[in-house]
Amino acid sequence: MTVSAIKLDGVERSFGAVRALAGVSLDVRAGECLGLVGHNGAGKSTLMHILAGTLSPDKGELSSGSSRLTGQWSVRAAKANGIRCVFQELSLCPNLTVAENVRIVHRPLKGLGWKTRARALALEKLGEIFPGHGIGADDAISDLPIGKRQMAEIARAFTVTDVALRLVILDEPTSSLDAVSAEQLLGFVRKQVVKGTSVILISHLLGDILGTCDRIVVMKDGKTVAERPTAKFDRHSLVAAMGTEAAQEKLAVARKGKSSSDAPVIIRAKPRTGSGELVAHQGEIIGLAGLAGHGQTRMLLQLFEKSEAQVLGPVAFIAGDRQSDGIFNLWSIASNVTVRSLRNMLKWKLIVRESETRLADEWKTRMGIRTPDMNNNILTLSGGNQQKALFARALGSEAGIILMDDPMRGVDVGTKLEVYDMIANEAKAGRTFIWYTTEIEELGYCDRAYVFRNGTISAELGGDDLSEEKILQASFAESSAA
Amino acid sequence: MNKSLLRALLPFISLAVVLGATFYVQPRTMSYFGLNLMLQYAVPIALATIAQMFVITVNDLDLSIGPFVGLVGCIASTLLYTNPLLGTLALLLCIAAYAAIGALIHSRNLPSIVVTLGLSFVWLGIAVLILPSPGGKAPEWLKALMALQIPFIPFPIIAAIVIGLVVQAALMYSSYGVIARGAGGNPRALQRAGWSMLKTKSAMFALAGMFGVLSGLSLLGLTTSADAHVADRYTLYTIAGVILGGGEFIGGRVSPLGAVVGALTLALAGSFLIFLKISPDWQIGAQGAILIIVLALKAPLTLGEQRG
Repeated sequence: MTVSAIKLDGVERSFGAVRALAGVSLDVRAGECLGLVGHNGAGKSTLMHILAGTLSPDKGELSSGSSRLTGQWSVRAAKANGIRCVFQELSLCPNLTVAENVRIVHRPLKGLGWKTRARALALEKLGEIFPGHGIGADDAISDLPIGKRQMAEIARAFTVTDVALRLVILDEPTSSLDAVSAEQLLGFVRKQVVKGTSVILISHLLGDILGTCDRIVVMKDGKTVAERPTAKFDRHSLVAAMGTEAAQEKLAVARKGKSSSDAPVIIRAKPRTGSGELVAHQGEIIGLAGLAGHGQTRMLLQLFEKSEAQVLGPVAFIAGDRQSDGIFNLWSIASNVTVRSLRNMLKWKLIVRESETRLADEWKTRMGIRTPDMNNNILTLSGGNQQKALFARALGSEAGIILMDDPMRGVDVGTKLEVYDMIANEAKAGRTFIWYTTEIEELGYCDRAYVFRNGTISAELGGDDLSEEKILQASFAESSAA
Repeated sequence: MNKSLLRALLPFISLAVVLGATFYVQPRTMSYFGLNLMLQYAVPIALATIAQMFVITVNDLDLSIGPFVGLVGCIASTLLYTNPLLGTLALLLCIAAYAAIGALIHSRNLPSIVVTLGLSFVWLGIAVLILPSPGGKAPEWLKALMALQIPFIPFPIIAAIVIGLVVQAALMYSSYGVIARGAGGNPRALQRAGWSMLKTKSAMFALAGMFGVLSGLSLLGLTTSADAHVADRYTLYTIAGVILGGGEFIGGRVSPLGAVVGALTLALAGSFLIFLKISPDWQIGAQGAILIIVLALKAPLTLGEQRG
């Protein structure tokens, strides 16, 4: 029996210059649990959004059984084909009750008595998946703790009214569940698969993937790089499949022979959310690694606010999300660069324009910001050059400690290489960098790296230990029970 | 005591306090006639507050509802009076305009505050064009309806309860009301479930337009002649009424019954201040002070709920 529930053929999808999916072919068979693993930016989420109909593919075919679905693919079409998703960021309306949230995904729940039916549906599935859940159908979502919200959303994905379930995609479904509920969910997935529904399980808990799935697909750089029955994988080979050999070598050589442990310690902090300690000496480049959203940005903010952290000296922050917390949209490039340093350019409490212009022009040449005039609006620059302006803002300030929140997001390779050099030079001159990055290759430019998992520092890697394999090992935990 | 219950009761407690204070200051208001007189203008305010509430449900704000109510009065006292068919058409057009604005705000991702602030001048302009100086005549049936005398319970109270219950049922208990509130709570979740935000927003704005028209008609029934500026203050009254009634500016948290009670409270507060013989110069300020006190009382309840 190799009937496919849904089939992708050569699906491509780009966001601007970034190619999130570079031709993915995937055949999800009816009644199988498919594991999907990969590091940050491998394309798992994009793939999932395409299956859910919230994104449409640029190229490629989607089909189910014998019918081609490509042309009119949409959220409604996906739902009509029995595809359900549990996204990582929850998709519940916090102001509504559990039953009302069930109504939102089921059009047939209307007319007289809809609420009774919605309540029954919600409670039936919750009871089936999470016996002893303690959630009421009339509880408002905002009153529930995060774990119970996740339970409600998972149960909602498995409720059935008019369309039979074909495929349920679970993206990190156990991230907020306690060990018992996680166990209940995985057991339920097995039962559901036997009944003929297909499930795609995305998780960083390799033990869960290995223990639950029939087949595992490994993604990297928008492609599937390995696809085998679970029996042919073990934890080690799975981690190995996610990495690349070329990067491993590069990582080892990038910053060899650099040790600054004799320099004074200027940062010492414990993550508020977990255990472990981060220590940085002056002149070091420290990487923060691990899967996105596991506490790295929170750590940076903790250092920035200097709360429960020992941070000696002024700090500058380089945002990765330029649009929302980096640039001032309406300002000129020069103002965007100098805003961090205005306090040092005052005379009689007023800004000295000459110093401002001097600083802006100096950093235009040093960073190589490509613009005819620094007084042009910041948005006249390309994304990479905007990011350079943000680097100039931080490096042009008096701050000795630079915090970087995945600053190379969506930046072209040429700019990246220029900035890497700049960082290395500044570190030599005595500046300290704390660098959160989602790209493993970038850790090759760091002296040491801390790997984060669930808000805890799960490993400190330095020197020869700083390899892609070790980082991946530390990023993925054994199972939800561990 | 349960905080969310306390929060739900706050509008009713505020109303009781203001009502009690009014009775204390002026015991003669505690009669059929007194209540009728004090509350008659609460009906158009309640209807306009419901209109505002529909807009707030989908995380927008309508700063043009006051002038819109004024415009409806001008249309009804001229066009509807002389030519009922044409007048009805014009009022339907007003509702369609509201729906179109909702669609525009959603599709162009415009800030509703700016769009409706601009529109408030458009409504006012049209109203002045239709009726350059106060005047016009209310249709007889409207006057008759608003002057309705019901034994034992004053008409405004019955009207307010009916309005509150009908909208409560539609928005809080019907299956489509859930979609409307969900659109305010998490628009992305709604889209992921396959609903059109464009349609939802247009529908909510159309409902706002409809209740704005009802408000304008009921106000005209009371005043019997129209003035473009008669309802300018409504914009602030309605926003205050929704918030006083337990609604939130964002997140799809609204309460139709609460909004009606909030409107009644505001209408009563006006009378109360008159009874206190506070000079009209200070009345707006005093009304503002009442509002701030109630909202300040509400803030810790809301905060506590979010933390809990």
